[in-house]
Amino acid sequence: MHRISADPIDPGAELKLFERSAPQAGGIVTFSGQVRPEASKGAVRGLHLQAYSPMTENGIDAAIADARARWPLDQILVLHRIGDMQPGDTIVFVATASKHRRAAFEAADFLMDYLKTEAVFWKKEKTETGAYWIEPREDDYADAARWAKKESV
Amino acid sequence: MQKILYFGRLSDVTGTTEEMIDIPAEIETAGALREWLDLRFNASGALLDPTVRIAINNEITFDTALVGSANEIAFMPPVGGG
Repeated sequence: MHRISADPIDPGAELKLFERSAPQAGGIVTFSGQVRPEASKGAVRGLHLQAYSPMTENGIDAAIADARARWPLDQILVLHRIGDMQPGDTIVFVATASKHRRAAFEAADFLMDYLKTEAVFWKKEKTETGAYWIEPREDDYADAARWAKKESV
Repeated sequence: MQKILYFGRLSDVTGTTEEMIDIPAEIETAGALREWLDLRFNASGALLDPTVRIAINNEITFDTALVGSANEIAFMPPVGGG
């Protein structure tokens, strides 16, 4: 499942709920992304995220379905903040549960690469020197491309 | 009236994230709409950037797509969250 919301994310509370939703899983992997306090253009004062409903939600649904097709997963959770955030706030939380750890690690990595490069969000960083729209870096695209190669195997 | 959405850096260029406009009848395609809006906002090509994709009624489409019957047209710079 997934949830896109302007409400704060509490990773600890989410992990507890997630564990309860997947009692049969042998391994759970979580990833929390936080708003960085420093950017290349100075100290970060805030972050603003835009989404485009329902395209954003539909894309995340498709990525979750893709992950399920690639790995045997008991549960998947994707939470993403939109709106205004402060440094240190959790912007994204991904959790995966599987019988064995490898599938859970890989699926969480795969979902994060999707969220960084393909998910329909726009991100504006407000720094001490001004506000800048942040688009994916070359590294992010290279990370995401790892999974495309796998498909042809 | 048709709803036009501007995301990411384009919302700074246009000064709005959405507006309702009457698209002139001679603007038939998404590509022609790009050019017309770019001039209208004096955007100096910001809307013409090839990395800016266009969605009609929530589906990514091409510049050749017809806009006449579209309810909602979105201009989308490169995306990415996390």
